[in-house]
Amino acid sequence: MEATVDYMKAAEADNLLATELRLGLPGTSNDDHKATPPCTPRGKKRTAFDAAEDAAVEEVTNKHDDVEAAPPVAKAQVVGWPPVRSYRKSCFQQQQAKQISKPTSNNKEEAAAAPAPASNAATPSFVKVSMDGAPYLRKVDLRMYKGYRELREALEAMFVSSNNGGAANLSEFAVTYEDKDGDLMLVGDVPFEMFAGTCKKLRIMKRSEATGLGSPRQI
Amino acid sequence: MGRGGSRAAPAAAAPPWHALPDEVWEHAFSFLPAASDRGAAAGACRSWLRAERRSRRRLSVANCYAASPQDAVERFPAVRAAEVKGKPHFADFGLVPHAWGAAAAPWVAAAADGWPLLEELSFKRMVVTDECLEMIAASFRNFQVLRLVSCEGFSTAGLAAIAAGCRNLRELDLQENEIEDCSIHWLSLFPESFTSLVTLNFSCLEGDVNINVLERLVTRCRNLKTLKLNNSIPLDKLASLLRKAPQIVELGTGKFSADYHPDLFAKLEAAFAGCKSLRRLSGAWDSVPDYLPAFYCVCEGLTSLNLSYATIRGPELIKFISRCKNLQLLWVMDLIEDHGLAAVASSCNKLQELRVFPSDPFDPAGQVSLTERGLVDVSASCPMLESVLYFCRRMTNEALITIAKNRPNFTCFRLCIIEPHTPDYITHQPLDAGFSAIVESCKGLTRFSVSGLLTDRVFKSIGAHADRLEMLSIAFAGNSDLGLHYILSGCKSLKKLEIRDCPFGDKPLLANAAKLETMRSLWMSSCSLTLGACRQLARKMPRLSVEVMNDSERACPLDSLTDESPVDKLYVYRTIAGPRSDTPSCVQIV
Repeated sequence: MEATVDYMKAAEADNLLATELRLGLPGTSNDDHKATPPCTPRGKKRTAFDAAEDAAVEEVTNKHDDVEAAPPVAKAQVVGWPPVRSYRKSCFQQQQAKQISKPTSNNKEEAAAAPAPASNAATPSFVKVSMDGAPYLRKVDLRMYKGYRELREALEAMFVSSNNGGAANLSEFAVTYEDKDGDLMLVGDVPFEMFAGTCKKLRIMKRSEATGLGSPRQI
Repeated sequence: MGRGGSRAAPAAAAPPWHALPDEVWEHAFSFLPAASDRGAAAGACRSWLRAERRSRRRLSVANCYAASPQDAVERFPAVRAAEVKGKPHFADFGLVPHAWGAAAAPWVAAAADGWPLLEELSFKRMVVTDECLEMIAASFRNFQVLRLVSCEGFSTAGLAAIAAGCRNLRELDLQENEIEDCSIHWLSLFPESFTSLVTLNFSCLEGDVNINVLERLVTRCRNLKTLKLNNSIPLDKLASLLRKAPQIVELGTGKFSADYHPDLFAKLEAAFAGCKSLRRLSGAWDSVPDYLPAFYCVCEGLTSLNLSYATIRGPELIKFISRCKNLQLLWVMDLIEDHGLAAVASSCNKLQELRVFPSDPFDPAGQVSLTERGLVDVSASCPMLESVLYFCRRMTNEALITIAKNRPNFTCFRLCIIEPHTPDYITHQPLDAGFSAIVESCKGLTRFSVSGLLTDRVFKSIGAHADRLEMLSIAFAGNSDLGLHYILSGCKSLKKLEIRDCPFGDKPLLANAAKLETMRSLWMSSCSLTLGACRQLARKMPRLSVEVMNDSERACPLDSLTDESPVDKLYVYRTIAGPRSDTPSCVQIV
């Protein structure tokens, strides 16, 4: 209980204000090293030893003239803020931004910067995968794969082993995808990162149906 | 009852009250609806404990890891309705690792074993699989109510099992779940003889349903009171559904947008005119306001209006809401703007709950003119307003002080100023004074969320004044450990505390360790905690489960980390079940 007693004493000390740590806003002049947005987890930077140093350096300026004019461009998205349910966000964005499509997300993790092209690498990006002849669809997280080979192996594991009547591997099938313009494309033409960013859903179709989509760099 | 022993007349006539048979007490306890009252009665003496637990019909498990399913089933063998909640609230915003836990399967299995007469099951923020749903359909012959809120892990195949297997189903209520679409026509699996449905809510389902099957189902379920459709039902089908179910009390329209056609308008208007009992309305309405007047005939009767997925703005929206004079609950987007809320303030004097959601939460500029003004107006003119959730971009202490003075009857006050650390936009001061005014004035406040620029001072007020506060949410606030200390050493009734991105460290946590056992749970993420403190806390308090989560990328075993290692996410909860065994690799129990 000594810790509690110490606390109360500290609380009554009237030099409390002087040692209080205040937080400056991004964009104010004192904040050069704190220009990073609030999402920087303070837990990783501050220890008890740093706190005293910080208190000496940081001093809030009461003249927050630039409050409203803080440049939004420099800010990165904070995970989970504002506290809006991801279900609500995705519903609304489907209504609002029909021309900008997001890969459907199978879990509740925040998708950073929803309409902006710069996407957070840690955000999962689940897309539906359908295979001709399979009774139900699957979902894969494109962010989990480093390249086309890994994706192909995952698809084989998902569909080929479970599909009893089917092929031993994907060589009889063409893997295609629907991009954000709604066009059916063959997987493998563009760099994987670009593909992962524009792929809305995957479709594994029989090669016989895929005539006309052939290219030397098919997966 | 049971006071015979204290009368002067022949004492032998009545047995002493403590010798009355259990059935008498069970009957007495059936008049105590609140679980807390029953819990208090159970604590009085052994015979009351026995009588109460054996007759308990409704069980609410607010944290699925606080007790094991087997314990729950053994202790309360007569349960007919169970509700279990899983993930911490911040899971809604993506802060909890995806595979964290909260599987419903152990609960379903234990219930199947111990509660064969179970009628109602409700899961919130849990992982419910198709196997769970199949087991539910197979295990409880009189199963009537299934409610799944913010759950995931199941598909339309599971729904098919429920439809096919639960012959006495009254309610199927799916709220905001992630449901996999397996293209199974689950609705068709309700047998033709099935007519008992009272509530059908599949609004969160993506994907199509067979409209003809739905129409036949709606037609034969004459007791249907709640129908909430998903986006796949077009407007003309909505009209014909309503004609088949004019007795409806609650309607979710699903997608409500189409090009204007006078015929369709007339059909809708006629259909709504027939719904004399309609009281609650919701739906995802796109920006075609031309059809709104079709609703005018039901406006007067509406008590609940959820337009939080509706992207309508402007005068049509205001005209519509102004006709809803009996509204008690209103959920809208900030597209309503201040002048819209002023209209609400003057028209909807019976309003009890208001929620205003951000239409574009990530737009830093904020195109929409919704400010503190709207909230001030509504709080001034709606005397029964007690619950508010309000997203806006600016606030002043003066506005909050005015609101506090106008509405001391708030029980739930959640204000989210979208930009972290936003001060009073006129004085540039922290918003301590404003939020303090709320807790000082609203003595019955049970839920509170604070935002904007805040120092430790506001937490001093909260700790001192918020005696009835049960749930507190804090983000980007405070200066030092003192802030957390004020909360944990005050707030007598605190049950749930969730904190993110605040400069709170180890000391207040350890100094108030005992407090944590009086609470249901504590969440702290992106604060200043170290692993050493968590270890100490776990050692000191064996009845707490101390869970530490770091980046999902690096799942290194705790033993190799030093006491000084920072802790990114901490979740502490009291439990009688000991440490759980289903943690994923990114979660470790200290």
